[in-house]
Amino acid sequence: MLELYDGALNVPEILTRWYAQEASNNYGAYIPFVGTVREEDGIEGLSFDVYEPILTSWFEAWVAKTSPSGATLKMAHSRGDVLVHESSYIAAVFSPKRRVALETIERFVEDFKASAPIWKYDLKDGKRVYARDRSTPIAGAGILGGIS
Amino acid sequence: MVTIEFLGPIQKAPLTMEAASLRDVAEALKNDEEMGQWIESCAVALNDTLVASLDTPLKEGDRISLLPPVCGG
Repeated sequence: MLELYDGALNVPEILTRWYAQEASNNYGAYIPFVGTVREEDGIEGLSFDVYEPILTSWFEAWVAKTSPSGATLKMAHSRGDVLVHESSYIAAVFSPKRRVALETIERFVEDFKASAPIWKYDLKDGKRVYARDRSTPIAGAGILGGIS
Repeated sequence: MVTIEFLGPIQKAPLTMEAASLRDVAEALKNDEEMGQWIESCAVALNDTLVASLDTPLKEGDRISLLPPVCGG
């Protein structure tokens, strides 16, 4: 399940709803990761652009990859502005046993950071500035520069 | 004709051009001053699937997307 929202996430509502959805499905572990905007370098918040078609296919590939282990993945992310101390990202794994959930949440969140087509901007002094120095080229980037 | 779109922070309007492969697109963008700072760091998708080869063939109506470095979360 992939959910996109305009603005900050309602974390208690999402976590509670996901818990209720899976409560009777015999999972022994539910591990959510919540990403919250920190006060840093004088920013007022962060802002996000999301390219939904490729984000959806990236997420569906992860679902296919993890389902043989019995795990269920859920993810929520913000579009647009999210202010300091609000949350923009939740990833969660449900699995029969804790080890699968612990390992999956780490791999999933790290690949999300490296691969998901989402762009982050700092909100500072009324401007929206691309966080280029904190961004990562997607694997395989640069092919168009490969001509002489 | 194919369409080239620029995602996220690349502030550039979509382009349309004749191209038989991604190599033709690369040639066309090589001298585009607006793209100079982006070209080496962008991933490329063809009709929303990431591709890895300049020899990827293109056909009429294809949509090519350039994805600059990402940072979700």
